[in-house]
Parts: sequence; structure tokens; C-alpha cells
Amino acid sequence: MGMRVPGYWRNMPFLYRLAGWKCVHCGAFHHYKPVVCRRCRSKEFAQVELPGSGRLIAYTVVRSPPKEFERCAPYAIGLIELEDGTKILSQLTDFKENELRDDIRVEAVFRRVRINGEQGIIEYGYKFRPALSRS
Amino acid sequence: MVKLGGVAIQGYGGYIPRYRIKAEEIGRMWGQDKSGFPVAEKTVAGIDEDVATMAVEAARMALRRAGIDPRRIGAVYVGSESKPYAVKPTGTIVAEAIGASPTKLAADLEFACKAGSEAMAIIIGLIRSGQVEYGLAIGADTAQGRPGDALEYTAASGAAAFILGKTDHRAVAEIEAWSGYATDTPDFWRRPGDKYPMHTARFTGEPAYFKHIIGAVQSLLENDGYTLNEIDYVVFHQPNVKFPLAVAKYLKVGQEKVSPGLIANSVGNTYSACSLLGLVNVLDQAQPGQRILVASYGSGAGSDAFVLRVLDGILEKRDLAPKLAEFIENKIYIDYSTYLKLRDEILVR
Amino acid sequence: MAGVYVAGVGFTKIAEHWDKDLEQLMAEAAVKALEDAGVSTVNAIYVGCALGEHLQCQANLGALMAECAGLTGVPAFRAEAADASGAAALYSGFCDIASGRSEAVLVVGGEKLSDGLSEEVSSGTLMMSGRSWYEGFMGIDFYAMSALLYRLYSKRYGDEGIPFFPVISHEHAEGVAHAQYPFKIALDRVLESPFIAEPLRMLEVSGIGDGAAAAVLVSEELARRLKSPKIRMFISSATDYVNPFDREDPLRLQSVMLSVSRVLEHAGISRSELNMVELHDSASILGALCLESGGFSPPGAAGKLAMKGEFGLNGRLPCNTFGGLKARGHPFGATAIYQVAEIYLQLAGRAGKNQLDKARTGLAISLSGVGAAAFTSLLKMEEV
Repeated sequence: MGMRVPGYWRNMPFLYRLAGWKCVHCGAFHHYKPVVCRRCRSKEFAQVELPGSGRLIAYTVVRSPPKEFERCAPYAIGLIELEDGTKILSQLTDFKENELRDDIRVEAVFRRVRINGEQGIIEYGYKFRPALSRS
Repeated sequence: MVKLGGVAIQGYGGYIPRYRIKAEEIGRMWGQDKSGFPVAEKTVAGIDEDVATMAVEAARMALRRAGIDPRRIGAVYVGSESKPYAVKPTGTIVAEAIGASPTKLAADLEFACKAGSEAMAIIIGLIRSGQVEYGLAIGADTAQGRPGDALEYTAASGAAAFILGKTDHRAVAEIEAWSGYATDTPDFWRRPGDKYPMHTARFTGEPAYFKHIIGAVQSLLENDGYTLNEIDYVVFHQPNVKFPLAVAKYLKVGQEKVSPGLIANSVGNTYSACSLLGLVNVLDQAQPGQRILVASYGSGAGSDAFVLRVLDGILEKRDLAPKLAEFIENKIYIDYSTYLKLRDEILVR
Repeated sequence: MAGVYVAGVGFTKIAEHWDKDLEQLMAEAAVKALEDAGVSTVNAIYVGCALGEHLQCQANLGALMAECAGLTGVPAFRAEAADASGAAALYSGFCDIASGRSEAVLVVGGEKLSDGLSEEVSSGTLMMSGRSWYEGFMGIDFYAMSALLYRLYSKRYGDEGIPFFPVISHEHAEGVAHAQYPFKIALDRVLESPFIAEPLRMLEVSGIGDGAAAAVLVSEELARRLKSPKIRMFISSATDYVNPFDREDPLRLQSVMLSVSRVLEHAGISRSELNMVELHDSASILGALCLESGGFSPPGAAGKLAMKGEFGLNGRLPCNTFGGLKARGHPFGATAIYQVAEIYLQLAGRAGKNQLDKARTGLAISLSGVGAAAFTSLLKMEEV
């Protein structure tokens, strides 16, 4: 696998800040600026930053991970409904065993997601953790 | 000492990871007694955390409190001795993550545990000169202690962030005065490629920690006519619980003024974040009109001491983000084997 | 469109073929199919392979296959649709004959998953299940995606019977020469197997193996000349959003719904006339969703119907008659061609101990990842 730097850099707004584009006509969220809306083919988009908090709808725990994610095993993946209704997939972090349950409130944080060995870049991105107060 | 005024903290944030290891669990490994540990427990960075991630957490909270458009932040300085890249600034990662990019300035600083407070000093200058409108100063570390060494009990992870700008009606605390005191005193260092720092045991006390903090604080108090009566809180760099209490006693500062800013027993020594997290803890409870004296210390060696006056803005802004106490309470204990796994991930060269 | 007929098939056993390169394995299947069909050459070759670049560092599989089959000169290229790549190759071959351009094509699929570590295969599934800088970046591989669907399914309907699908597949694979796991397993064993990604268990997902399968598709004219049994093929396909949670209802695989309806309409067949279905049971939950989205089971009922024996060899609708993806095996780029070859053998009366009585039609559903695309093939015996 190559160093992937340009692809990572291009996607920083989404990975770092949940920034993306919403279709002006149907509201579909796209994590990069699309040529046409995947849902309605409209060409008008508004830049948005998704809200950083929401509700955990479903989760799983990956125990036999793909190669790049071996260091993190086991890791939890969640399907989250954000406050504006957008559904997002994310790794989950900082959970105690018994805290991982459906319907809990979760919030976005900035974490290391992937490390390219000893010499390659560190790829940062969002993850979600159990929400603190005043979040 | 420089009388300042006109520059203030507009937002602040303090972050520590969720994981804790008790000193007695570390002691269990090395056959050490249950008593006489320098702190009760310390924070441990999670497997997906590093200086950049913690700096972002703290910075995001500072931004929530500051309530400004991040694009008005012209400089981001991160002080650390465990930054993730030997070459590549952490500051630009933080700037991108909080929406401040592109900034005019962003560099990483190193001066052992006082790199964060030095970042603040630099940003004060940039604001006063008009080069930037707002600046973000961060102290953050995941520095580790050599297994079996005394510092293993205290070397912890954390980040503190301050957004500084001109003083206005929304400001949290004005920086009234500043003093610094630095000399070539090699009490503690790390050569490149080495995993853990070296220290000189008792030499790190009187000729190092005490001399420089006392030098900086006395300069502030004596040369500008501040008396201790005018200071409500005193926050010292806190590599353990004993040192800050000892220097307080020497400077005749009452323990009741030191305790609110003394969190080392529950957190450990967060290095570049250390005294700054003590300041965060004080800001979480101080009232408008009160004065805070902060004295950092960085090995190698130097101290920054400054006096802040809390302003009305704190009342509105304090509750816009979680307080440090909430992070201190929100903990998951780990055992030594988990600590090893996490530490191996986080070692920088 | 002109009619397209299957004239012959060939495939290897699914196993760890340490001693063969990918192209050798595919050549074996290809030559078997050509011989089975009774043709010595074809007008084009369509190759199906999902991870050739990733695991074998090999591109240009079309030309390579032509060379290995001794057919250099013939047009050839690879089609890719994740683990429905074999179906994509079938689709390409079908269009070539149906358009009248060619009278015989070779469709060959192959995959050598054992050339990688299982973690490298999982990385491959990352590429196939989501977008590189979103779901892939988060480490949400095929198993994690399927597990999330499983969770939603359980919350809506309960999960009774879903783990029974591997039991059915294994029962059918018992004694099958080309199957990877030709033995029965009990439900208890499935439920005691460790989690891959909760709640999905290890014995609920297909294993890692190597295999190649090939089919020769011909025009009606050539089928008549070859005196092949007149087994006509239809194929349709449809796509859906790559991220299942962008879909209106993640538990309704629109790609399956559309491709099944389209192919049935094209073939002029109703669901009740089908004698068998090959499901894409790369994960038990996906097999169940294929049945429900394909209209073969009411939503939420597939598991319960499975437990009642509906999908056994003697059931109302036999599924996976040689073991499906779970027990026969799932070498990604070859799988859809195995499905079609197995239905072909059933219709041609060559299915051996698993022979279904009076089998005249069969349907095969092939998914890419968790349903970003589905290809549905239908074989129908016609009177000569």
C-alpha cells in the first residue's frame, strides 16, 4: 500500500471536523463535494459541519481486524444518529465494558485512527465516545 | 518583570485521558511499599491518543468558551516534550482540527515542562504587537517514565489550552504581569532516540525547581509591589505533591491558596500541561476580581511566573465546556500490563 | 436481445491451493469448461477477480488468462464488482452474446485468498464494503458492516433462525467433491463459535479459500450445433448506495429487489416457478436478507422459515444445493460462476447425490460487499 498522503490530506475536513456538503434540495450529506447529489442529482450544495453529538443506534466489536487496524483490536464500531438526523459510522472509544449500549449519547473526538508503521504518517480522524456533560 | 495589561485569556480548556493507573499498582511491580508514593495515581493516554489529539480536545473546549470564529486565531503554539513527529508541527494539525487553518504562525516549542507557558508568553507578545488578533497556546504531553524509576509513578498525559486576545468585556482573566527566569541547569533531559528522559535525582530540587520558581516569583512580587495578600490562588508546577507545597512554604504562601490548583495527586505530572492544568482547575472555580499567580517550571531550566486577574467574562464562559473536575472524576483504572500496552504505543523518539 | 445459453462448465475444488498461482488455477477451470462445452476456442474471454491487484500484485488478468488458456489473440479483460466480480464477468459475457457480436465466450473467475494473511483479506473487504476515506478509514470491514445490519435486524425482528443458515449450507455440502467444507455442522457449534464482530460468529461467515470456476456461454445457434442441453441464461443487476446506512431501509437490499425482479421479468418466470436459489451467504444475515429482499420470504421471517426446513433439499425452495458460500466456499471472483455452474449441473441432471428432481429453473444472487450491487442470474431449461 502506498503512503496515501494526498488522499488523507484531501479528506481532512471530513475526518477532522465532520465537515462536508449537504444537497440544498434533498439534504443528503456527502463527505466530499460531489459533482451531483447521490440521491436527487441536483448540483447545488451547502458546506456544513455536522453536529458533534448524537445517539448510538447500533454497535459491534471487531475482534479480527484488517491488517492496518491490528494494534487497536478489539475496537467498537457504531452507527450514530447525529442531532441533525444525519447517520454516521464511526469507531467508538473510551468506553468502559458496561457503558456500550444502544441509545446512549455520544460525542465526536479527535483521535489517531491509523498509523503507517514507524516511518509513515499518522492519520488522525474522528471517533465517538460516551458524552460528557455540557457537550 | 513586565507589567502587561491589555491581553487576556478569552477561552481555556483542560483535558486529561480517561485512563488511570494507581501508584500502588506500579509499586506492586517493583516491590515498593504501599506508602510514600509521590502521587496517588496518574493519567495514561489511550491507545488512540497522543499530544496532537489531546491538544485538540483542550483547544476545542477553549474555543467553545472563547466563542470566536476560529479563523481569527493567527498563531497556534504547542509546547511539548513528546510531540508525535520529530519533524512536522503539531500546531498545524491542531489549527486544521479546530477550523483555524490557515494560520499566520504555528510552531512547536520545547522547554521541558514549561513549553506551554512559554507559548503563552510568545503569544502575549504577538497580540500586543498587533501581529495577531487571537493566539492559541497549548501545553500537552504524553511523556513516559523509565520502568522502575521514580518518575514512572508520576509521568502522565494531559493538555491545557488558552486562547488569548485583547482584553474586552468578554475576557475571562487579564494577564497583568509576567516574569521569566531561565538558566543552563541540566537537571533533566532526553537525547534523541532515547525512549525515556534522564534526571539527576536530588539535583532536580534546590538548584533546579526551587531556584527557578523562586527566582521568577520573587521578581514578580518584589519588583512590582504585589503582595501575597493580593493574590488569591497560587499555582505551581507540580511534578509531585511535595515540591509545590515546599516552595509554597518557602515563599510563605498559605496552603489554602495552593490547594485549589494542586491536582497532581489525582493526575500525576502532565509535563508541559502541568501548571497550566492547575490554572484551569482554578479558573473553573475562581470569581471575578480574584488574582491568580502561576509559576511553571521546565527542566533545563526555567520558570515563567505570571499574575492574572479574573474578570466578569468568566461567569458566562465557564459553563460552556466541561470542567476539569469532570475529567478527573471520569476514570477507568488499568493494571500494569494494560499500561505497558498503552505506553508502548505512545513512546516517541 | 438474442438468447444466451450455457454450453459447459468447469471448476476446481475450493481449498488452499498452495501449489498453484492464480492464473494456473483459473486456467484449470477454463480448460475444463471449454472441454465440457466441446469448443476449442471462443470469441472473447471475461475474467472475474476481486483482489488480484491487492493480494497477488497482478493486474492485466484478461490477457494473462487468454495466454494461460492457449487463446492469445482473443479479446479479454477483467470485470470487477467486489465479491460479485464473477457475476460482473458473466454479465459482460452475456451482453456480448445477446448483442449478437459473439457466438461463444469464456467466463472465468478466480481468487487466491490464501496468498494473503487473513488480516490482508480483511483489508481487501475494507475496500469492497465502503469508501476508502470514510468507512474504510474507520476499519469498518465487511464483517463489521454485516454485524451492524445483524444488530438492526435483531432489534426489528429478533434473530431466531439466522444462525441456522450455515447449518443448511453445510448439510448440503456433505460429500460434495468441490466443496471447501464438505461436512455437516450442528447449530450448537455455530452458536459456540467465537465472535468475528459481535453478534456475527465465525461459523456464520464464509471461510478463506482459493478456487476458480468457468462457464462457456454461447448463442442459440451454437448451442444447437453443439447439441448442448438447452439451458438458457438471463442476468440482471442493480446498484444501491455503498454505505448501507445511506439507504432508505438498510434491511431492504434494493440492489437485490431490483435485480431479482428484472431478471424474472426478462425470463418470463414467476418466483413460484423457481426450483432452487443460490444465496450470497458470505454472512448468515446477508443470506437471509437476499431471501427477504428477493421476495422469497416475508421480512423478518427468513430465519424462522429456515428452521422449518423450507430451504432444505426437500423443502419448498431448496437453497445452496451444493453448500453455498459458507460450505462450498467463496473465492470472491469465482463465486457467482460456481453458483451458475451448480445450477447448470442441476438442470442438466449431473448434480449427483444432491440432484433435485425435475429441476428446470434456478436463480443465483451474487452481492458485492453488503449489497452495493447485486447480480441475479437465472437459468431455465428450454425445450430444444
